[in-house]
Amino acid sequence: MPVADAAGTAAEDRYVPSARRLERERFKRTRARRATAVAALSTLVTGVVLFLAVVNSPGWPRTRETFFSAHYAREALPKVLDGLWLNVRLLVICGAAVLILGMLIAVARTLRGPVFFPLRALATAYTDFFRGLPLVICLLMVVFGIPALRLQGVTTDPVLLGGTALVLTYSAYVAEVFRAGIESVHPSQRAAARSLGLNGRQTLRFVVLPQAVRRVVPPLLNDLVSLQKDTGLVSIAGAVDAVYAAQIVASKSFNYTPYVVAGLIFVALTIPATRFTDWVTARMDRRRAQGGIV
Amino acid sequence: MPVANQRVHHADPLPRRRATRRAAPFAAGLAVLLTAAVGCAPQDDTDAAKSPAGPSAGAAACAKGELATETAGKLTVGTDKPAYAPWFRDDDPTSGEGFESAVAYAVADRLGYARTDVVWQTVPFNSAVAPGAKKFDFDINQISVSDERRRAVDFSSGYYDVRQAVVALKDSPAAKATTAADLKGVKLGAQVGTTSLDVVNDVIKPGQAPAVFQKNDFAKTALKNGQVDAIVVDLPTAFYITSAEVTDAKIVGQFAAGSGKAEQFGLVLDKGSRLTGCVSGAVDSLRKDGTLAKLEKRWLSEAVDAPVLK
Repeated sequence: MPVADAAGTAAEDRYVPSARRLERERFKRTRARRATAVAALSTLVTGVVLFLAVVNSPGWPRTRETFFSAHYAREALPKVLDGLWLNVRLLVICGAAVLILGMLIAVARTLRGPVFFPLRALATAYTDFFRGLPLVICLLMVVFGIPALRLQGVTTDPVLLGGTALVLTYSAYVAEVFRAGIESVHPSQRAAARSLGLNGRQTLRFVVLPQAVRRVVPPLLNDLVSLQKDTGLVSIAGAVDAVYAAQIVASKSFNYTPYVVAGLIFVALTIPATRFTDWVTARMDRRRAQGGIV
Repeated sequence: MPVANQRVHHADPLPRRRATRRAAPFAAGLAVLLTAAVGCAPQDDTDAAKSPAGPSAGAAACAKGELATETAGKLTVGTDKPAYAPWFRDDDPTSGEGFESAVAYAVADRLGYARTDVVWQTVPFNSAVAPGAKKFDFDINQISVSDERRRAVDFSSGYYDVRQAVVALKDSPAAKATTAADLKGVKLGAQVGTTSLDVVNDVIKPGQAPAVFQKNDFAKTALKNGQVDAIVVDLPTAFYITSAEVTDAKIVGQFAAGSGKAEQFGLVLDKGSRLTGCVSGAVDSLRKDGTLAKLEKRWLSEAVDAPVLK
């Protein structure tokens, strides 16, 4: 037997949307549906117009034969994938080396204290030089210059040498990215860490670097994607990567479809990498926000 | 209360007219887009005029000095830069020195163009063979004729029969090879897009993947550095490399002409070019009257006696 005012609260608790509200929601739904329909139609029409413009252009039959030939796509695909294995190996190994070396250089550049001056000067000179040096020239110097020295025990393998050149150039880029991250950490963080009794090394390791790295994940990814594409430049010394494998088929037949195949494969490789880092960044943000943002 | 819920009934605050008014600019924009797409589609006015003059077209149809060239009254000839010896001299195609420069001027002469009417254009290999309008009347760049390539460009008749040769440093084991099989175990190099690379892959079939270079310059450097044991190039280039550029290298041998047709260099023209028949006719007449042989003797003479690899 419910008490009167309890029954009153129960009645209050049971929410019944008003007719006006239902009407409003229905109206909003129809508007949303119409917007979707218009967007779909306009996209479709744009697509059709572009398609017709391309297909009705006078050079289309020849363009289709030259860039979208199924026969050459089939011929090139296995060779391009073979070459891609070289790109992937270079990306993984050089990528790891670049991250480590770049971090070391960035830390060397941001060390405090007069005693570290030569180290700071060296790191600065390194980044200035290798960021400015065009990658192709760096590659040529390393790939053909080092074997010309005829040093005993030094490799002449174009892939190893090309990888070295990539690491030299890209670690300079990445060092600057890390340095920007390190310098963006507010001085009060350092001061707080030191006042808690952490020494310089601990401050860097536990307070500064974690914040710095988190802030520069997007630009780092940019550099890694760029590295992924530049791994192909190692082919200057004769190693065959994906793009070069495509070029070999293309220049034999004068048909450009292999390039299209290689290009699509590279794009397909980049997209998952981007989504992955987006996910990592989002996860880091969620973790940071745990316990509320102060 | 009779008036309480009155307003619920006309819930549509936006009368229908608004929707149509907003669709109007959209439709107009679409119309513009459509017209633009149709209107700006370039008309290929040359297609109708192109005559299907095959290589067999007689020279009669080719009015001396009045062909439908890129620039009226001029003959525009393309080649890559740098232009290598012995095909050209000192990277200067205008000198008439070097085999291909001489051939280009001889063809121009047959077509009725004076030396002063020949204009040279720098055309990288890749753009010489790309689809689309060409900036040259013909391109001369040691490009081998093949049926596969004919689908993309027009070729004149061949102006030079090519033999491929192997170059190795004198002190390398590859230098002692006498048969193609002897080269299976060595690290080979060749330039991309050349028949030299096809010879490596199809004739020698080496155990390890060959190094493929963008330019013969890189191949020469790699040979000097010992990054490859031997490189495959065409015979005249091989003679030039061993005599002038890498003097501690030697020609190991040349490959006998493969079964079937001998490999030939041809002049490259745009696919369906109106000049193909006339240019081919000019090359044929140069071959018939011995001019090509004379030029070959003059510029590529030593390229005949290298041991043949079995």
